[in-house]
Formats: sequence, structure tokens, C-alpha cells
Amino acid sequence: MAAIKLSINGKSYEIDVEEDMPLLWAIRDYVGMTGTKFGCGIAQCGACTVHLNGTPIRSCSTPVTVAVGKKITTIEGVSEANNHPIQQAWVELQVPQCGYCQSGQIMSAVALLEETAQPTDEDIDAAMQGNICRCGTYDRIRKAIHRAAEIKSDNKTLSKK
Amino acid sequence: MQSAINRRKFLRTAGVSASALAIGFYFPSCKEPEKPEPAGIIELFKLNVDDNPVGMALNPFVTIEPSGAITVMAHKPDMGQGTFQSMPLLIAEELDVDLEQVTIKQAFGDEKYGRQGVGGSASVRTMWEPMRKVGAAAREMLIKAAADRWEVETKDCSTNNGKVINTTNQESLTYGELVEAASKLEVPEEPTLKSPADFKYIGKSVPRPDVELKVRGAANFGMDMKKEGMVYASVERAPSFSAKVKNIDDSEALKIKGVEKVLKTERTLMKSVLEGVAVIADNYWAALKGRKALKIEWEEDEKLLDSEKIFEDIREKSKTDGIENHSVGAFEKKFKTGDIQLTQEYETPFLAHSAMEPQNVLVDFREEEGICEIWAPTQFPQWAQGEVSKYLGIDKSKIIVHVSFLGGGFGRRSIPDVILEGCHLSKAIKKPVKLVWSREDDTMQSPMRPGSLNTLKGALDKDGKIMALQHKVTAPAIAYSLWGNYDGEKAPGGVMEPIGEPFYTIPNYQSRYVFVDVDPIPLVWWRSVYSSTNVFAHESFIDELAIAAKKDPLTFRIDMIGEKERDKKLLEKLKSASEWEKPLPEGWGRGLAVSHSFSTTAAHVVEVSKTGAALKIERVVTVIDCGIAVNPDNVKAQTEGNIVMALTAAIKDPITFKDGRVVESNFHNYRMLRINEMPKVEIHIMQNEEAPTGVGEPALPPLAPALCNAIFNLTGKRIRKLPFDLGEV
Repeated sequence: MAAIKLSINGKSYEIDVEEDMPLLWAIRDYVGMTGTKFGCGIAQCGACTVHLNGTPIRSCSTPVTVAVGKKITTIEGVSEANNHPIQQAWVELQVPQCGYCQSGQIMSAVALLEETAQPTDEDIDAAMQGNICRCGTYDRIRKAIHRAAEIKSDNKTLSKK
Repeated sequence: MQSAINRRKFLRTAGVSASALAIGFYFPSCKEPEKPEPAGIIELFKLNVDDNPVGMALNPFVTIEPSGAITVMAHKPDMGQGTFQSMPLLIAEELDVDLEQVTIKQAFGDEKYGRQGVGGSASVRTMWEPMRKVGAAAREMLIKAAADRWEVETKDCSTNNGKVINTTNQESLTYGELVEAASKLEVPEEPTLKSPADFKYIGKSVPRPDVELKVRGAANFGMDMKKEGMVYASVERAPSFSAKVKNIDDSEALKIKGVEKVLKTERTLMKSVLEGVAVIADNYWAALKGRKALKIEWEEDEKLLDSEKIFEDIREKSKTDGIENHSVGAFEKKFKTGDIQLTQEYETPFLAHSAMEPQNVLVDFREEEGICEIWAPTQFPQWAQGEVSKYLGIDKSKIIVHVSFLGGGFGRRSIPDVILEGCHLSKAIKKPVKLVWSREDDTMQSPMRPGSLNTLKGALDKDGKIMALQHKVTAPAIAYSLWGNYDGEKAPGGVMEPIGEPFYTIPNYQSRYVFVDVDPIPLVWWRSVYSSTNVFAHESFIDELAIAAKKDPLTFRIDMIGEKERDKKLLEKLKSASEWEKPLPEGWGRGLAVSHSFSTTAAHVVEVSKTGAALKIERVVTVIDCGIAVNPDNVKAQTEGNIVMALTAAIKDPITFKDGRVVESNFHNYRMLRINEMPKVEIHIMQNEEAPTGVGEPALPPLAPALCNAIFNLTGKRIRKLPFDLGEV
């Protein structure tokens, strides 16, 4: 066991866990944030996606020590008022069904939008391929990402005015 | 979703207010309508008959507080199908309240709610009237209370968003102000329901209240439930279903930091008991590591499961006659006289459900108190309650089943095996236990969809019309796997869905069933159940007959639809919406299929293309007739889901067996459709004012045959075995 310091959504946490523990379980069982989900444990489904310094990673297959000294962002920290353009678009298009994979979907989509302001369908396919949705919300995810890009660009135009 | 603790608090609040303020109803007439469905569906719901005498007792759905706060219970578990909204919405519609005023709470398992199980696409279609009556009766009582106070007649009162209005002078009283008086009134047995023209919410795409929780990681799933003092469990499971633990060496496992205990455990899965070795730890990761460090000797059966042998057996059995399920006309006699005779076989695999949330449960069995408290993502909370009661030997009233959101269900979460396993562990170690299955456990150890072989024989007359058709299903029976039900005389629950009786007008039609025993493979309902396999065969064969008759496959079907006006309109809509007659680009093909399941007709046109090496699924056009669409956007969402699940089943991986083990384990070798493979979808809902029917499953069955018919249209190659690889067609 070792005292491990994590910075999650701008706050510091100190937890006492084994060094090989995947970041997923550290976040869920020790920090107590349960928005990040366990789906497969082998980085195949994307339900556990969080950002490390802005880059989406699979927390189920990332040892907690890898995250030390880096900025971790989880679904709970995507926006202050749950109003990130991706979240807005997700509500507007009623994307989730069971919702279990959606934290991971949103984390991947947020990262895509940071990288590419106006993603094409091909960009979306490439960025979102690692996230499985068994309920079958893919069509809506695609549409919602386009819509989020629109919301984001509208926000920018507004803030310039 | 409220946390478990808040839900308990609510229970107390409700208990207090129920005596004075909550509106309670007794509805002798409030039983679920008779379901004119094939046996399997009824079977699914018979499960609760013992728990729930027909009719609802004191109705606990609506609580109105003097402050005006209105709470409506969502009594059906939500696995993504939308009951968290739909059930309360039906009540709110007739109660005439603003949805913004209503707090929805997820109910725990209790017979006072009537049947709570979700499956068979049944919630809206069976609760359509009862739920509205709950709301309407409450509204009439509130009106009566107001009329009494104003000393006017009830006909001079109306309601608007949580208020009763005196229409003679526009005075008004809130429901909160009236609830105490209203709660003392007699409950109207046959309250007047709104006419569809007056619906405020029904028929509109009202945003679902759970969505906002789900986009910020705040929806609580079973996986997220916690209880002070709980420990985690991971179970190393028998490699073949019937294997027994011979010896456990836990020396290495116990050395792992956080591991507290190792014990032999059991999972009661209906008629079977499966063995395993549980590692208990203070965190899940330690439990998992401990599990990997176990050394277990298993005693396995001599005869180990093998897919090739299973299908050889199925194929062999399919050559026998089996039993007759249904017959019109004289198939045997007429088949021989046909101008063209055709016989074909279609094979479908065993499949796993693979809900995104791996199986889990939190159980706190407090033996000294005689109370078992459970937090579970379950489709059937009352069934779980009943089974736990038998298992632990305590009364059902002492078993509290809290229902979380379900991270997918698809039928897998109807069976309480995981909950019973959790009970076994909590009893053994006398602590609250959080049991978490790995993805591998979920894929390899869950009850699954049975594989099957369908044999179809058909004859065309000289005009190219189907004069005789026989559909023979050779398949393991879910009812047999669960309960040992098969008497050799009657097709067991659901196996003939939905082709037991003909969809088309065919003068000589016969359906037959051949039983196959695949014990110890555990089986359970998988989204759309046998419709998912039977319709693939049936609608592929109808297409083959259309081709043999040299007719357009859509016209061929429309010509056989007979008096079914709604289905005829649906196929005509499909024709126009898909631009069926418009020529496709070079290298494209199209196909269609239709079926009627769960009281709903759904049809797809699938378009495929082959310009490069692999086939591509370009577009799916769907028409569905589910009567009134309570929430049209959700009908579309469910249909999109059915398309994706059916595509996955058609072009991804089967569950196979080798040396007694399930071969596929996780998403690397049991692959799911991904976003880059998602075709364009266009979904059209038929508009009418018929009572709502199922939407959770009906669009799944016709997708695979529509796809394969499209592939035939493009390539001339007929696919009669699922799944297949798009790259190899």
C-alpha cells in the first residue's frame, strides 16, 4: 500500500491503495466517484474512459500510479453546471437509453470536440470506435456530436459579441 | 434516482402519509388485461402469479402532500426502455398535473405495486389502462373533495395542472389543499379516462427524466450501490457449468493485501446449482487479484459440451417430425401438389446478452434481525423476493429489494441467480457483500439465448402463390432449462413465437416443434426471444419463395396480407418511405422483412452495397405500428436499439462451446457492433389511435432477414446461417 495523490476534477485526493490498482477502482471505490463505469476490464468497451491531461484513456487498464501528477477529469468534472455542449446535445437528442456506457461516450466525445471543432462523420467514427453501446445509441451519438459542435461554435460567437 | 437511503426515508414518509394523506385506491377492476399473446409471453408473466393475486390492493402509486408536492412511483425497473418515465407519465396524464410538479421515485419490490417485472415488451401495453385509471381516479376524488367544499356539483369543476377549478366563478384549490379530504372519499372504480384528443403528454416526445442524470454520471446503477461495512466478492466459477469443486488451495490468494476470506460458494440458477470459489476482500481489485491467485481442482463431467456436437444433435433431431403446434388446412397433402416445392434450413447460434453493466448485487442479510436487504439491477424484483424467501427461509415481507437503474437487461436480468449468489455469500460471512461479476463471468456464465435450426417447406401454385407452408422449429426450450417444463405434447412457452400461426394468409399452414435437450447450458429470454431466430428463417424463406415465384418480394407479401388492414398500410408505407421502386445505384441491393411480435408489426428495408472488398450496410428504413406511441422519440430509440442488437447478432460472434467451456469471453472475441459500422436509420411510426403495443423488441426479429434478403438481391448469395462475416460474402 502506498499513499497516492490524485488530482481529480481540480481537487486533490490522497488514497492508500496498491500501486497496481487500476485507476478505475481507485476513482470508484476509494475516491467514491461512481460516474466512471466498469464494463470489460480490458480496454475494449470504453465505459471507464476518463481524461489524463485532457487525453481520453481507459481507466480500467491504467495503473493508478500512471495518473499521479497528472490532471484527471471524470464525467463529474466535465463542466461546472453539467452544461458542456456535449452534455447539452446529449440531453437535446435524448441519447442515453440504459445510460451505463454514456459517461465513457461523453468523455470520448468531449475529447474529440477539443481536438476537432467541426468533426466529420469519419472523425466521429474514428474517435468513438472504442466505446461500445449495447443499447444501440450510435446514430444519436453521431448526431449529438454534430449538434454539440454547433452549440460550441454558437457559444464562441456569442462570447465574442 | 434517489440513493438507497433516501428511498428508505421515502418509505417512511409514505407510510406516515398513507394513513392520512396519501391517496389509496382499491381497484377490483384494475387487473392487467388478458394478453392474447403466444404462450411464451404469458409464461414470462405467470412467474408472479403466486406473488400477486389478480387485482391490485391499496394502490401506492401516488402521494400528494399538503404542500402540493406530488410523488409518483415508477414501479417497473428501467433498463433503458423508458419505464422510469412512461409509467408515471400515464398516471400524470390523467391526474392532470404538470410533469415539473412530479417527483418520480423508483419503487422497491413489493406486491402492492402489482406486477413489476419487465420483459416481453409488456409494460406500456399492459399498464396502459391501469396506470391511467390510477391517475384518473385520484383526479376524480380531488374534484369531489373540491365540489364538496364549494358546495357545487362535480360537473362544475375542472382541473388544470394540479388545481381543481370551480368553473362557475374561476375559484381554485390546489391538489395539496384537497388531498386530506380527498383521501377519505371512496375510490371510483371506473373513472372516466381522457379521450386521445385531450392528451397533453401521451403521443409527445417528452424528454425522459433519467437522461439528465445519465449525462452527468449521477444515475445510480447496481454497480454504484454501497453500504457501510460492505466487502467485495469475486467468484472463480466452475469452468464447465456442472463442474464441482474438488480442492481449493487459497494460500497465495490469502497473501494478497485486502483479501479477507476464501470460501466455496453456490449460485442457484433455477433448477441448477452452480459451484464457485469466492474471494472476499475490502476492495474489488484485491478480490479479483485474489481470485487469480486461487488454485482450484475441479471435478468435471465426462461428457463436455462441444458446439459441433450440439449442432449435429440439433440437425439430427430436426429430421424427426416432432410435435404439431398449429395447423390450418392440410399441409402434407397440399405440399405435394404444388407447382414448385422448396425446402430450406436456417441455423442461428447461442448468444450472450452482454448488457454493458456486468452482473452485480449488494446483499445485506442480517440474520439475527431476520431481514435481507438487497440492492439490485433486476428486471423482476418480486421474483427475486420470492426466490430469496425460499432460499433463506424467511418471509417475503422481510426481504427488501431496492431497484437501481439497470445498465441494460435484455432478458438476462430477469433471472435472480446473481442475487441468490449474493445472498449465499452475505449469509456465510455475515456482512453486507457487494458481488461483482467480471465481463468474462457475464459472457461465459450467464444464461443465454438458445441456438436453433429451422426447417421450412413451401409450395407455390401455378400463379406463384404460397399454397402450403410448414415451419418446423428445432430448438432447446427455455422453459425446460428453467423449470424442466416439457411434456412432449405441447410446444413449451414461446418457442413458436411468432410463427406458430401464420402472419400471411396461407391456406395450408403447419408449425411444428422438435425438442432438444442441451442441459446443462443455462438458457433464458434474449431480447425478442424465439422471434429473433424464428423470424430470420421465416422471412428469409418467404423471400426465397418470392424469388422462386419470380415476384417482387414486397408485392408478394402485400398480396398475402389478406384482411389485415393495418399491416397492409404498414407495408405500403414501407414501400413509399424506402422508395422501394426507385432504382438503386450500381453495386447496391435491397431487401425487406416484416413480422408481428409482442402485438406490434415492424418491417425493415435494408440497403447494402459492395463497391470494395467488403459488404457495407448503407441504410435501414423501418416502419413500426405500435398503436399510440406514448413517447414517439422513445419508440424510435427502442427501434434503433433493436436494429443495432439485431445487426450485432447477424454479423458478429456466436457463443460457442469447446471442452465444456464457453469459448467467447470478452468484447475482443465476442464483438459488438461499433459506431463506424452503424448504418443510416430512418424510422417511421404509423399514426393511429389504437391502444399501444410493445416496442422494446418487435423491430429486432425482421432485421436479420431483411439484411440477408438485401445481400441476396445484390449478390445472389443466400445466407442461411447466422452469424456471418460481411467481409466474406
